[in-house]
Amino acid sequence: MTIQQQKENEPRTWILHLFIALGIAIVLAWSSTTIQLNANESSGMQVAGKILSGIFHPDVDFLFNFTNQGVAYLLLETICIAFLGTVVGAVLAVPFAFLGAANIVPHWIALISRFFVMAIRTIPAFVYGLMLIMVTGPGPFAGLLTMSLVSIGMLSKMFIEAIEDLDIRILESLDAAGCTTFQKIRYGIIPQLFPNFASTFIYRFDMNLRDATVLGLVGAGGIGAPLIFAMSSYRWNEVGAILTGLILLVLVVEYFSNKLRNKLTRG
Amino acid sequence: MSLYSRVIKPKSLILGNGKVVDEPRSKAPLVIVLFGIASLISIKITGFDMAVMFSRGGQFFVILRKMVPPEFAYMPKIWQPLFDTIKMSLLGSFVGAVLAVPFAVVASSNIVKNRFVIVFVRLLLSIVRTLPTLVTALIATYIFGLGTLAGTIAIAVFTFAYVGKLLYEEIETVDMGPFEAMQAMGANKGRSFMYAIIPQVLPSYLSNCLFCFEGNVRYASILGYVGAGGLGLILNEKIGWREYTKVGMILVMLFATVVIIETFSHWLRSKLT
Repeated sequence: MTIQQQKENEPRTWILHLFIALGIAIVLAWSSTTIQLNANESSGMQVAGKILSGIFHPDVDFLFNFTNQGVAYLLLETICIAFLGTVVGAVLAVPFAFLGAANIVPHWIALISRFFVMAIRTIPAFVYGLMLIMVTGPGPFAGLLTMSLVSIGMLSKMFIEAIEDLDIRILESLDAAGCTTFQKIRYGIIPQLFPNFASTFIYRFDMNLRDATVLGLVGAGGIGAPLIFAMSSYRWNEVGAILTGLILLVLVVEYFSNKLRNKLTRG
Repeated sequence: MSLYSRVIKPKSLILGNGKVVDEPRSKAPLVIVLFGIASLISIKITGFDMAVMFSRGGQFFVILRKMVPPEFAYMPKIWQPLFDTIKMSLLGSFVGAVLAVPFAVVASSNIVKNRFVIVFVRLLLSIVRTLPTLVTALIATYIFGLGTLAGTIAIAVFTFAYVGKLLYEEIETVDMGPFEAMQAMGANKGRSFMYAIIPQVLPSYLSNCLFCFEGNVRYASILGYVGAGGLGLILNEKIGWREYTKVGMILVMLFATVVIIETFSHWLRSKLT
């Protein structure tokens, strides 16, 4: 009997569920109006076959070419761009993070700063690339700066979260023990923030490595440009070689970055 | 003892009661040295130069200054591509997120016991996730023709891999108690999954999907650059023609859209958790 009662007491959520489902269906129907199917399905499949066979038969000479033109050097350049780009991005993100943390500055300053960071994030990477090429000329330097600007958004967001999670009680106890401001920062704040910041940095480096192709759009160095060129001139074997290298690199870096970050968060 | 402590001997302290304890040396110097070396190599290879930054930094704002004031008269022409971008990311996120579910279930080690299957599916998800979205979009434009379909597929592929990974990690950390209880009661695997696991992972799954969707709106605006439809198409065109006031208008509209979508999705996600 009690089971029966319990069953009857169950809230009737089906109306709500029906409305949610209806809403989703309407939104999907609305968004599917944008899809126009082109008639060349058969040629599409042929192209797909060619692309796949090219990618699975990578240009081995290109892949194992260790001179300035080979995949290995391009990957090294990409790593350098991503690394330094993340460093510059992190340096730029720190002031935004402190200005955006609601427990440090007044609420309205935090809001303005967050709004500003959001605006920085919204501008697509290739627009930055074009602006920065005016500064440095095409090449890896422009790529590095683009990468750092693109990284600011996520980095400062994660930094803000770390800063807002600061345990204030530690600072109070340091105060009670008679520590100076410098000592409070050194022993109260840095040990709390550093693991978080480092972990965010490593994660963003990982992502930047993956996003390096975006830079190819503006001819800003790294592996992106050769990849896009090879793709737009249908040299699929070369694309295969570059993708093989890139995917292996990203998987290896991801493995180590996960290990490091686990170590950082668990101490 | 870790390798580090073996190479650099820990400092020994003798306590008052005569006991000897080892205090491992700080790793900070090693990390700083490695970081410095990596920076030096990177600076050499990328040609990073502070002097150039200071002397020519102002050039960065040249284009930016040309964008203000944005040309409001251009607004009516932006709506169509803007909605295309939103539709692309909506549909792409939905398809990707739905496709991810079966793969994520098969990749969770607490549901499927076959080691080979798990490793295979996870490797698949990893490789797909590593594939740059631009590359997927470009390949999709070759296969499906220029237009929004290619962009939608690229977004779906990315969402599939991203949500798939988060979902199987989520499934692996659920409380298996209810699942086992239902199995003990005689429910089959599918039913126990349905009523014991899904309620636990559903909120975070939906939240991840929404988060992914937010990011996809931003990404979709880049995809147009390779011809995959949406805002990127006109953005690229106007930049090419140096009509920067129109570029400014496009960016302002994109920003407004992103703010609205993020606020809405943030509100939804706070309801979910």
